[in-house]
Amino acid sequence: MVVKVLTGNYAVAEAVRLSNVDLITAYPITPQTTIVERLSEYVDLGVIKSRFIRVESEFSALAVAYGAALCNARVFTATSSHGLLYMHEMLWWVAGSRIPIVMAVVTRSIGPPWNIWDEHSDFMDHRDCGWLMAFAEDNQEVLDTTIQLFRITEDERVYLPGMLGLDGFLLSHTSEPVDVPEEHIVKSFLKPRSQPYSMCGVELLTLGNLPKAEDHMMMKYDIQVSMENAKKVIKEVDLEYSKLTGRGYGGLIECYRCSDSKYLVVGMGGWVGTMKDVCDDLRDLGYKVGVLKVRFFRPFPEEDIIEVLRGVKGVLVFDRSVSYGSLGHIHTEILARSYRLGSRPVIKGIIAGLAGVDVGVREFMNSIVGFVNEVEERGYVGNYSEWLLPG
Amino acid sequence: MVVTWVRLLLRIQDLPKDKYVLPGHTACPGCPEALGLRYLGMALGKDIVLVVPASCSSILQGTMPGSSLAMRVVNVPFASAAAVASGIANIKDLVGGNVVPVVWAGDGATADIGFAGLSGSAERNDDLIYVCVDNEAYMNTGIQRSSLTPYGAWTTTTIKGKSEDKKELPLIMLLHKIPYVATASIAFPIDFISKLRKALNIRGFKYIHLHAPCPTGWRFDPSKTVEVARLAVEVGAWILFEAERGKVRLTPPSNTYLDKSRRKPLKEYLSIQGRFRSLRDEDVKMFEKIIDSAWELITKFT
Amino acid sequence: MSKTHILPISRPSIGVGGKTGYWRVKKPEVNHSKCIRCSMCWLYCPDSVIDVIEGSDKYVVINYNYCKGCGICSEVCPTKAIVMVDE
Repeated sequence: MVVKVLTGNYAVAEAVRLSNVDLITAYPITPQTTIVERLSEYVDLGVIKSRFIRVESEFSALAVAYGAALCNARVFTATSSHGLLYMHEMLWWVAGSRIPIVMAVVTRSIGPPWNIWDEHSDFMDHRDCGWLMAFAEDNQEVLDTTIQLFRITEDERVYLPGMLGLDGFLLSHTSEPVDVPEEHIVKSFLKPRSQPYSMCGVELLTLGNLPKAEDHMMMKYDIQVSMENAKKVIKEVDLEYSKLTGRGYGGLIECYRCSDSKYLVVGMGGWVGTMKDVCDDLRDLGYKVGVLKVRFFRPFPEEDIIEVLRGVKGVLVFDRSVSYGSLGHIHTEILARSYRLGSRPVIKGIIAGLAGVDVGVREFMNSIVGFVNEVEERGYVGNYSEWLLPG
Repeated sequence: MVVTWVRLLLRIQDLPKDKYVLPGHTACPGCPEALGLRYLGMALGKDIVLVVPASCSSILQGTMPGSSLAMRVVNVPFASAAAVASGIANIKDLVGGNVVPVVWAGDGATADIGFAGLSGSAERNDDLIYVCVDNEAYMNTGIQRSSLTPYGAWTTTTIKGKSEDKKELPLIMLLHKIPYVATASIAFPIDFISKLRKALNIRGFKYIHLHAPCPTGWRFDPSKTVEVARLAVEVGAWILFEAERGKVRLTPPSNTYLDKSRRKPLKEYLSIQGRFRSLRDEDVKMFEKIIDSAWELITKFT
Repeated sequence: MSKTHILPISRPSIGVGGKTGYWRVKKPEVNHSKCIRCSMCWLYCPDSVIDVIEGSDKYVVINYNYCKGCGICSEVCPTKAIVMVDE
């Protein structure tokens, strides 16, 4: 095991280097560019034996990756924000084709106005199309989860593409020490590429011509079933990975100091690290707080989260994205799933950190303490969804 | 005439009788795309991996679980054909067996919505064959105009006749400096098949623009598809050529029509098609002018 | 190929549009005494319903289950051996 100081983007590049990828394609967009540059360098220097295709748009990036993947190649691409939006049509096509592809999404706000700073809206905008969605808290997790995604997506119980989100600039351009596993360990961990069919095989197959409505609905149901099955696969893969490397992430969620919590703070991404620090401080002050980190947003970890929510008094969900006219995305999911609980905790959502606005220790502290005090005093909250506005 | 026939005769017998387009498909009677696909199969055989964006040829394949095409076919989003084929082209040597990626895209997917992807793949010189099957409008969605609809043509979105000229796509591809550009017509299948086979033996991005007169959209009797295609060449409205490494050579019979006096009268081509019914005399004169400039332009590249 | 998933995959099949012969209004009829075995009809049939049999008296065989009656074969036949007949 070698410890390197890596930015989030370089951690992605390392993971791709280790994962025996046949073809890499990407179109540059801030803050993803250093992934593309590093991988292009690796290919030109012969560090990775992979083709690198320089495409003319993000839409083509995913289309090129898809074409190669159809012929049984392991592929990789990465993008952000407007680039991800541009390939939106292809995302649906890839998932519907049941072809495993792994993509890194370095999250960034969507304009206008032009904004290169962090927000989760671009990532969240693709939650319906059948891609697995994982989000990393730190650069170590970026590297580990990217590798795990190759394994998870290519499992025959899943056969769906997957994306890994990482916060633009906050992780992508920030250096942290990262354990880089040895090549032979990753090699034995990743099986040879597997997918449900190949368009370059001997069989004369036609992919995607007109269906009967009934058959198409069954295909969609199959995707849903595979998403459900993916929950088990994700946990299995994480466990196996932890045995090989000594690092595991709890599968779909991570529960930090949850076992005796009365209040939970929920989040996804880099700022969960800050939430954990605040949690420790609050524990020292006597608050029974824990942090529920959402590691996989799709499939949504309903069962795991419900278990953690049982017996808890209040849940404060931080969303770094919003559905205009509605609520934060994680907040919405948790509210919906809490239907399963007989007696429900107070579940409040806070929308914060949009457009790259910094959310630090003080902001978290104030929000959480305010929430806890209100619930303790009244047993409910006056406003169950709020925007934490700057200034 | 008889001499040409004999040559044709000899070569027709050489063409494979295997069916790459199966009977009972869902294209209109007299469909030129179906003809084109038959010739594609005859030319390149079972090694083809056909990439088909949204078009009439998507529908021709019929309903699942069956497909009317006896080859490997990938249906793809409208703008993505060139890029998907590019992905296949860049990985094919890793795959066992032969893979010949061929894009089969209409004028809409090629000249309009997929133009960026086409240009990108050509600029990268991806090793694939791109066939633009040009029926001069968005036929599959019910005959709307594309940038390859000719001047004066009726479509549902140009009911008074199109006021813009047809985009010179083959020449645009020529200026991408790709190793092979050609035009073809479904009236001249041997020529089309020869050009496809030539393209197969060249490494890099090969572009073939196939003229495909559509009875449904151009408003003529389905039995006349081949005749209309032949007339287009004979009046000089469709120029058959090929260009290896940028050097243009007119291919028969277009080489004979360089001499304007040997072309058939334009009226013969226009009057057989309902889409040109409302053309006034000045429109026909404009159409002739356009044809003349096209010949002038192409000869600059010979 | 995966048997455990329902995939958007098809295989080659004759008659995906049903018996397209029902689309016909006119039917091509072959007069073999005029046929010179040039194979133009086979070459230009968009529906692959014409077969030509080497060495046979009936050189041109048309599959009327799927012939749509477009009439191209009749148009391209140099000796008018194929004629479109009302059905």
